[in-house]
Amino acid sequence: MTKTENNRAWFLVLPVLLLVAMNAILPLMTVVNYSLQESFIAGFWDWVGTRHYQDVLASERFHAALIRQFAFTFIILIIEVPLGVAVALAMPKKGAWASLCLVLMALPLLIPWNVVGAIWNIFALPEIGLLGWGLNALGFDYNYTNQPISAWITVILMDVWHWTSLVVLLAYAGLQSIDEAYYRAAKIDGASRWAVFRYIQLPKMKTVLIIAFLLRFIDSFMIYTEPFVLTGGGPGNATTFLSIDLVKAAVGEFNLGIAAAMSIIYFLMTLLVCWLFFTLMTKDKEGQA
Amino acid sequence: MAEITLDHIGHAYGPAKSRSDYALKELHHVWSDGGAYALLGPSGCGKTTLLNIISGLLTPSEGRVLFDGQDVTHLPPEARNIAQVFQFPVVYDTMTVAENLAFPLKNRGVARPVIAARVERIIAMLGLTAEANKRAASLTADMKQKISLGRGMVREDVAAILFDEPLTVIDPHLKWQLRSQLKTLHREFGHTMVYVTHDQTEALTFADTVVVMYEGEVVQVGTPQDLFERPAHTFVGYFIGSPGMNVLPVALDGAVARLGGEAVALPGRAVAAKGAVTALGVRPEFVVLGDDGLPFTVVRVDDIGREKIVHGTIAGVAVAAILPEGAAVPAMPRASFRAEGINVYADDWRIEVAA
Repeated sequence: MTKTENNRAWFLVLPVLLLVAMNAILPLMTVVNYSLQESFIAGFWDWVGTRHYQDVLASERFHAALIRQFAFTFIILIIEVPLGVAVALAMPKKGAWASLCLVLMALPLLIPWNVVGAIWNIFALPEIGLLGWGLNALGFDYNYTNQPISAWITVILMDVWHWTSLVVLLAYAGLQSIDEAYYRAAKIDGASRWAVFRYIQLPKMKTVLIIAFLLRFIDSFMIYTEPFVLTGGGPGNATTFLSIDLVKAAVGEFNLGIAAAMSIIYFLMTLLVCWLFFTLMTKDKEGQA
Repeated sequence: MAEITLDHIGHAYGPAKSRSDYALKELHHVWSDGGAYALLGPSGCGKTTLLNIISGLLTPSEGRVLFDGQDVTHLPPEARNIAQVFQFPVVYDTMTVAENLAFPLKNRGVARPVIAARVERIIAMLGLTAEANKRAASLTADMKQKISLGRGMVREDVAAILFDEPLTVIDPHLKWQLRSQLKTLHREFGHTMVYVTHDQTEALTFADTVVVMYEGEVVQVGTPQDLFERPAHTFVGYFIGSPGMNVLPVALDGAVARLGGEAVALPGRAVAAKGAVTALGVRPEFVVLGDDGLPFTVVRVDDIGREKIVHGTIAGVAVAAILPEGAAVPAMPRASFRAEGINVYADDWRIEVAA
């Protein structure tokens, strides 16, 4: 069969190309532009090559934010993924209770992010917040506005509260897709509860868990709104994650070149991790076929 | 391996006020140790209900289930020592074929060398030696079904192996192969096997004894030959055979059955209860088209290669006849019935004809 060459067909993709160019490629290229030049006075541009990148990569401030970012992402992932799976396993499989649980689970996901930050800000206030006041009443010295440890605990608790539901919903969907015959067969084979989890539920949930893991990784890696509202990145720089640091540089200090270079580095890191996951996922699918 | 006694079993899913509330009407059967039984019937006939009662997923609302004389009525499946092959293949995806087969033994704390020897034997029996160390998830549906079966067979003491329409997702050309392999395995190992299906070919080729079910009732238990030659109920006649048995409503008059204005001589006197609806059942194989007998109007002839199926009517009732290859359909055919193929029914149940 020979294909008819008709290059006019390319015009049909033009609208999409334009759209993507306008809202993705152009802004990105602007950032690249900023990152390679120095602008002291509006209208005057100086080509500086990769100097901003070198500065950023060498700066201790960036290193500190990056380490905090990885620590935060790591901690919430090792809490949220297993917790989400555990909650999904404990949820009823059908009936009115299942629907109720699903609605309750979906609630945190429906709250605007800055509201989540505001809720926890008030909830955790040592003087009037239920959590903050309660912890202090129980004898814990807790104040997230001036203790880095308290601030970290609060930010992590907030993220776990906000996002574990996502993992729960995905894991629950994975569990629902398992045919009843698997459980019956496992019973007949004399499998323990653990064996059922290890050999039936976990393998069947694997794909959705990889997706959950990926989503939580990306989302937590660009977390901004909730900690910004809750702690503003403080006390000091204790909860200044990459995005907060970036906004400080760009808007707070008007250091556009540095901020642009940070953006690009940050973007490339996320891209790299996504690519890694994507490769792992597709490789596994080929292995199964 | 065990003898299965279904002691006056009956089951209703809700409260049972009348006979029609029962999904499974009362039955009493003893299935012998090492037998191959098929539960055959259309969807909704109660065969799956009966299988679930045997496997322990369902507790019958009436009666008891005994394995080798031991009451297991209230035991769950895992305590009954049965194995089951489901409609869709169930394998543990992350394990290899050998690990799949070892799993039931490992869970029961069997010693490693014993497991290895047993698994090796079953893998060889199933013809999966080449795949032993492959991941189960990578195999085809028929191989996966073999693994499901193998997980039952590795347990030497398994009381019975139950099959719930196990060939549903298997390619047609592999169905034959798998079925005959199943038969061989049954002969060799002698497990008690119960096989649920709605496919008559599957039931007749697999089982020594076929249990035909219809509307929650066991209508006949017999060998494939019994079902063919002496269907106990008109449903068995319809359901088994292709095309099914011809049923002609008649009036009985001693040794003669009257159909419209015509008379058919019976092999003997048949007496039905008063007011019963009576009928003759004759399989197409026993209808002879020739010069004698009842006027037969041809409607359609299907040539299926080895034989011809002639569809027609006798006194307005649809009747099918099978002609051997090469035989021509007479121009003004008349139909007669071979004596050994005539069954008499009263209210759909077969009655004996006194010679």
